[in-house]
Amino acid sequence: MTPRVVFPNKILPYLLVAPQLAITLVFFYWPASQALYQSMLREDPFGLKSQFVWFDNFKKVLSDPNYINSIEVTAIFSISTAMLSMVAALILAVMADKVVRSRNLYRTLLIWPYAVAPAIAGMLWLFLFNPSIGSLAYALRWMGIAWDPLLKGDQAMVLVVMAAAWKQISYNFLFFVAGLQAIPKALIEAAAIDGARELKRFWTIVFPLLAPTTFFLLVVNTVYAFFDTFGIIHAVTGGGPGKATETLVYKVYNDGFVNLILGDSAAQSVILMVIVIALTAVQFRYVERKVHYG
Amino acid sequence: MATVDLKDVRKVYAGGVEAVKGVSIAIPDKALCVLVGPSGCGKSTLLRMIAGLETITGGTCAFDGKVVNAIGPTERDIAMVFQNYALYPHMKVYDNMAYGLRNRGTPKDEIERRVHETAKILELSHLLERRPRELSGGQRQRVAMGRAIVRNPKVFLFDEPLSNLDAKLRGQMRVEIKNLQRSLGVTSVYVTHDQLEAMTLADILVVMNAGQVEQLGNPLDIYEKPASTFVASFIGAPPMNLLPVTDVKFSDGTVISAPAQATTLGFRPEDADVTQRSSGDGLALDATVEGVEPVGAESFLYCAAAGQRVVVRVAGRSSHELGEKLTVTARPEKLHWFDSNGKRAG
Ligand SMILES: Nc1ncnc2c1ncn2[C@@H]1O[C@H](COP(=O)(O)OP(=O)(O)OP(=O)(O)O)[C@@H](O)[C@H]1O
Ligand SMILES: [Mg+2]
Repeated sequence: MTPRVVFPNKILPYLLVAPQLAITLVFFYWPASQALYQSMLREDPFGLKSQFVWFDNFKKVLSDPNYINSIEVTAIFSISTAMLSMVAALILAVMADKVVRSRNLYRTLLIWPYAVAPAIAGMLWLFLFNPSIGSLAYALRWMGIAWDPLLKGDQAMVLVVMAAAWKQISYNFLFFVAGLQAIPKALIEAAAIDGARELKRFWTIVFPLLAPTTFFLLVVNTVYAFFDTFGIIHAVTGGGPGKATETLVYKVYNDGFVNLILGDSAAQSVILMVIVIALTAVQFRYVERKVHYG
Repeated sequence: MATVDLKDVRKVYAGGVEAVKGVSIAIPDKALCVLVGPSGCGKSTLLRMIAGLETITGGTCAFDGKVVNAIGPTERDIAMVFQNYALYPHMKVYDNMAYGLRNRGTPKDEIERRVHETAKILELSHLLERRPRELSGGQRQRVAMGRAIVRNPKVFLFDEPLSNLDAKLRGQMRVEIKNLQRSLGVTSVYVTHDQLEAMTLADILVVMNAGQVEQLGNPLDIYEKPASTFVASFIGAPPMNLLPVTDVKFSDGTVISAPAQATTLGFRPEDADVTQRSSGDGLALDATVEGVEPVGAESFLYCAAAGQRVVVRVAGRSSHELGEKLTVTARPEKLHWFDSNGKRAG
């Protein structure tokens, strides 16, 4: 247990956290409360006057089949993205840990994609897999796969998942590398002497000891998949074909800023907020229990 | 249960550091071999090569006559106790001890029997459900021992297993390790830089210096006949007094007839005596008391003599005072002679 730090000055500590608090208040709580307020308003078609309707917007949104579809899409998209990016990052991190020569070069190269803006990452994948000009799309067709993400919803989903996961791999990789380095080498050696082969060592020693990192990344990746992937979806599929890749965030944008149904859109973003808070709470409550911190 | 044979073992690290420069040791079955030497002399490196954790870049390591150079640590059937214990932090004590048995496919009921048996020997039975972080340093040490013992391996390897314990506990564990090793009869290699641990534990003592063996043999033989000034000053506490031959004389005043080539004379603090006046034969040095260190059963006198500092052990409480003039004497058969290369002469 680290002893509690006691500051002799009563005001200074508050002063020091004030900038952070101010930023959170202005950029998070204020817009959030605005959304909450707006979610209970209904505007007339010309935006001239609005009417307070309590929870009517929520009722309307939740009974909309398009919205239910969007929840499904989001669930599939988030789980696949988080899984894919974490598994790929873990494999890369474990392999990078074994590299002896020029390991720093490997690491640097693997971290680069993180510096790429989401929309650009999306464009990259869009070009590669564009049915008419994409080189990888050509390869897929050559292998006999009828590749057409512009018409086929599941293929469009695969494409956005790959683009979103690819972008996040670097971030996860960085944390996994750090996590692996924090595992004392003597533990691995002790396990080897105890007769555990490489794969066994990974599952019985390395993976359990990485659990705090994995758990942290699970939370971060879920939030990422929910919120930060707007740019990728916007660039790659625009939510289509049909509504096959319209995630909750994308629908908020679509209904609010394209279709200008502000009340519905605000209600959706409030629901989204509740979902993410609930998810994070659940993760902390149930998953973290299985995590051993040192 | 195995013999361990090291033949001209060498280790050159990737950076070009030669940590072990040709070491040959033959350890008979059931013997406890202690590697002792100053920090950085290559003890851990040698031990890790026996464990298979470092590749052997020259020479051979054989168990029971079978060369194991190319065999990994997983198949060597050894157990090792690490300096920081390296307990698995996410496993309970029971699982820490059972891990090696499980990996080797031991039946469940036998694992249970053996873990409980071992826990009883080491008085760990009430701790089996705890995790390592809930244990004291001494308890962790015992778990690390337990994890090694429970597997009943061919060879035990210890890398400074007691260096994180306090002096009293270290003394207890030292006795316990010796007894356990005897009763289990497992060939062991034990690394330490504590000469007391080395002396008390070893069947075979190996004094290492800069990647080489300085002397190898029975600990008391080494104590009585150190092969070099390095060994003389490393084994025994406080270390042997070493003086240039030219500066000393016998008590009858004649210059000492040292063996040919001898340039350094040595005598142990416990072999010397202090008198007011010289008497009889043997070494006699005029000295001035510079410091007195009482440690209870004995006292150490630090004296200036022949331009050097000389330590003498006297029994019980010392009545000598600072600045007192006296004569340090030693019997001729207790003198050690070394040549200009530091090797034993005569
Ligand atoms: N992985 C390594 N790469 C390069 N040189 C190393 C490596 N490990 C150890 N050395 C060097 O080899 C020499 C012997 O190291 P070793 O750890 O065997 O010493 P030691 O006798 O165990 O010392 P101590 O008593 O401090 O543990 C040292 O000079 C050390 O710097
Ligand atoms: Mg060492």
